[in-house]
Amino acid sequence: MTQPLFQASNLSKHYGDATVVRDLSFAIAAGECLGVIGPNGAGKTTTIRMCLGLTAPDTGEITALGLAMPRDALAIKAQVGVVSQFDTLDPDFSCAENLLVYGRYFGMKDAQIRERIAPLLEFAALSHKADAKPGELSGGMRRRLSLARALVNDPKLLLLDEPTTGLDPQARHLMWERLQLLLQQGKSILLTTHFMDEAERLCSRLLVLDHGRKIAEGRPRDLIAQHLEPDVVEAYGDGAMELANSALKSLAARVEVSGETVFFYTQQAKPLLDALAAYPKLRTLHRPANLEDLFLKLTGRQIREEA
Amino acid sequence: MTEGIWRAPDLSLRWWPVFLRNLLVWRKLAIPSLVGNIAEPLMWLVAFGYGMGALVGQVTVQGADGPVQVPYILFLASGSICMSAMNAASFEALYSAFSRMHVQKTWDGIMNAPISLDSVVLAEMLWAGFKAVFTVTAILIVMLALGISQSPKLLVVWPVLLGAGISFSCIALIFNALAKSYDFFTYYFTLFLTPMMFLSGVFFPRDQLPLPLRWLSDWLPLTNAVELVRPLFMDRWPEHPVRNCVVLAAYAVLAFWVALALTRRRFRA
Repeated sequence: MTQPLFQASNLSKHYGDATVVRDLSFAIAAGECLGVIGPNGAGKTTTIRMCLGLTAPDTGEITALGLAMPRDALAIKAQVGVVSQFDTLDPDFSCAENLLVYGRYFGMKDAQIRERIAPLLEFAALSHKADAKPGELSGGMRRRLSLARALVNDPKLLLLDEPTTGLDPQARHLMWERLQLLLQQGKSILLTTHFMDEAERLCSRLLVLDHGRKIAEGRPRDLIAQHLEPDVVEAYGDGAMELANSALKSLAARVEVSGETVFFYTQQAKPLLDALAAYPKLRTLHRPANLEDLFLKLTGRQIREEA
Repeated sequence: MTEGIWRAPDLSLRWWPVFLRNLLVWRKLAIPSLVGNIAEPLMWLVAFGYGMGALVGQVTVQGADGPVQVPYILFLASGSICMSAMNAASFEALYSAFSRMHVQKTWDGIMNAPISLDSVVLAEMLWAGFKAVFTVTAILIVMLALGISQSPKLLVVWPVLLGAGISFSCIALIFNALAKSYDFFTYYFTLFLTPMMFLSGVFFPRDQLPLPLRWLSDWLPLTNAVELVRPLFMDRWPEHPVRNCVVLAAYAVLAFWVALALTRRRFRA
């Protein structure tokens, strides 16, 4: 097996009494997109900060591109691109100036950066906004400008912290398209997200974090097959609650109640759906099990304090 | 790595692109900010210098070769230019640096590139020093035009006030590192800078102060800046240049170290 591009081993981090990350290990192979999913406060952002050497782990080691963190933090960051959870664009600069100034932070010459500005703006679908300031851009445009800025140094690895949070579906799809293009070009990506369809679409492998601990790891489809029954039938409406403890229970492998809805997880939906047909006032939804089901099964349905 | 916040600073040249960034923003806003920077000290000068000057007449200044009588406007101009350097550097290292650090998250963006927090703080410190020099230069030109002083020694004022500006920006960065919001800076201005203005011989000779206050005053950074600059306006050399420079440099070095440590703690770096 070839040396992974990025490797984190046994990371732990405390802030005061709170343990934010516990004994976390993972690796990113070249050309791979690794997704990190977990509820708010699971330790995703702290993990990214440790990956960048912005905060030192209490224990554990990080190596990237053959270099060691935090000793070689600057040399590693020279080959990494970052889109953080909140935009850090310069509000006083136009899109083109944002790229120019950011390129200088990497020690690039102005002429070298200027050559890259037009293609980067085109990549971000912002060619027509070269002279606009971030305040004049939509949320999706700002995120794409952040992505273009992260690419100014032609990085090998991208760290993307919730790159599509707060975007409308059109803007999100455009972002996904661009990220898929980058993966085709051979870039590696570490992506944190709250969108399970995003994780399923982009990530070759997923890491599920909760309370700072890794609770599952694998390919999205494998994880679903491993932890869940293939079919889900949701039932809600008049009389749904009584079903949860009725004879129908035997037709499902697992039954869960959340709010006013009963979830039946089953290997075979047909007998269950036939039985449910006897309750005309009930509304049912039959669908394949997905990552969201997996996520909720592993991390629970209760709202987190931080949310 | 809280135990490591007092480690030696990284003084590499990585601060330069950050300084350049601030320069580029400032170039867009330089003219309006220049008007603000010059207008206030000039109002002081006109109102106090000419108004009070008519009442006060001459002021006695202790020099290397005995006491000298100088017009009050000269006395005030040489003190107030130090105050302007102090205010310009403090304002930049507090309000403007805080905007970049906390509000706009500019620092976070920069630190995702290969630039350390140390370099960012160093750049902000030098930038605030530059802002002080820029303001002082503009005021000096106006004072030259008004004929308040035309001593060739005014050329030395320029590097002296760069140094003083840096000392004040280092001190201000400590408070920047501790601030939760802009309101915090009001305390710094009203409880620290304003009393210092009155204790440092900007408006009246320090001989007027009761003895304990004079002892305190001897060690204030603004006093030491004024003692360096005022003789230059009078076409003389300062009486204790080494002592004054050492005091200002000590403030700069110690304050920068503390500011850096507190900023590292803030960023948990």
